[in-house]
Amino acid sequence: MPIFPLSIHDLRFAPDGREVLAGVDLELGEEGITLVLGPNGAGKSVLLRTICGLLEPSAGRMAWGGAGGARPQQGVMMVFQRPMMLRMSVLDNVALGLKPLGVAGAERRRRGVEMLERVGLADRAGDSARQLSGGEQQRLALARAWLTKPRLLLLDEPTASLDPSASAAVERIIREIRTDGTRILMVTHNLGQATRLGDDIVFMAGGRVCEHTPVRAFFARPRSEEARLFIQGELPWRMRFQGA
Amino acid sequence: MSAFAATFSDALSLLAHFDHTVLEIVALSLQVSGAAVLLGTLIGLPLGACIAVGRFPGKTTLSVLINGMMGLPSVVVGVVVYLILSRSGPFGALGMLYSPAAMVVAQTLLVVPLMAAITRQVVEDVWARYAEELQVMRFSWWDSVTTLLHDCRHSLVVAVLAGLGRAMSEVGAVMIVGGNIDGATRVMTTAIALETSKGDLALAIALGVVLIVIILALNALAYVLRQWAMRRFG
Repeated sequence: MPIFPLSIHDLRFAPDGREVLAGVDLELGEEGITLVLGPNGAGKSVLLRTICGLLEPSAGRMAWGGAGGARPQQGVMMVFQRPMMLRMSVLDNVALGLKPLGVAGAERRRRGVEMLERVGLADRAGDSARQLSGGEQQRLALARAWLTKPRLLLLDEPTASLDPSASAAVERIIREIRTDGTRILMVTHNLGQATRLGDDIVFMAGGRVCEHTPVRAFFARPRSEEARLFIQGELPWRMRFQGA
Repeated sequence: MSAFAATFSDALSLLAHFDHTVLEIVALSLQVSGAAVLLGTLIGLPLGACIAVGRFPGKTTLSVLINGMMGLPSVVVGVVVYLILSRSGPFGALGMLYSPAAMVVAQTLLVVPLMAAITRQVVEDVWARYAEELQVMRFSWWDSVTTLLHDCRHSLVVAVLAGLGRAMSEVGAVMIVGGNIDGATRVMTTAIALETSKGDLALAIALGVVLIVIILALNALAYVLRQWAMRRFG
């Protein structure tokens, strides 16, 4: 089932009447890494959860693969800020993603070993996943998602609370996943990371997409006042005062 | 020597000489309670996990009901099983009344709600943390249940032990459906009750000591296992 282009029109999410997404419009083509930036409470993570089907939008529509296509059953994966680490080995945790696809146990393990080699965790295959460091756990989570060969990968702040070297390792894997043909939509608060990884930027504030532009253009000439203030580090403060 | 000390000494003598009666009663107790806990594990753990993971009308009511049944009086269960297995009951033709099988049925009914309630609580906490990721990976409802049961396996030892403790220490149900028949359905708790009423305190104390040692040993084993698992799997 085709996934791209993914067209999102007037997407709204308002639990208990409070609008978290207030009419999001977004177009995603089939290649590249799109970074979602914005202040806390802008609706970035909610947008990702809505796209992958964890949240049901209050209104609006998503057209997958062109004219009015429904959400595909496979091909969309998401990696969370604090990924799930089951009480089993690193290898078993990685291979877990293949279980719903009906891949046999031995084949799951074979592919899992290959994937661990790609993310530099082959020597930890037999260790408990919970004994890994934060950066290693995030690499494991990316490997688990990558193993399913998703067409669209949603990443919710995968490097939050990681040190620079662990972040760099995670960024390297994200680039490899992209090179492998996976479209990536990633939330981050790290502007440096946005310039290193992103092809384009989706800037959100107040539950809306304020602008969607190539990375260079975004940082050189932000079109919206909110984006300009955010880059200068003022928007969160200003919004907080306005909210108070 | 006081009467108490003499009785205690006799009890220890029975244990030291591996008294045949004591061994027979202990063996039957372990068989009956072990079988009940095994059945309780096969029924109660998946049942608790299904309630934790499932979304269905009446989930809260079912959870409250299961929690309430944790304290089910064993004599009530005994009477219900007695009625079901008695000659005029729906399963009277099986001829199970006053047999170890009837005792297993009664103890299973006692331990299933307890094990299911503990499992539901343990799995529900983990499900709250893992639900989104398992849903994103398109795990089916049943795959989620089995995955969570496996992930919680060390915590669920508590549920199994609680079931074993409940099964081994209850007296009312097995007394009613087993009949406390010497050499056939006499287990530790019913034997202790009977021997105490007869005044044979030495046998009662000997069986009591064995019962306590078994419970303590199992709990110690569970503690060691859990500590090891925490170190191994986090």
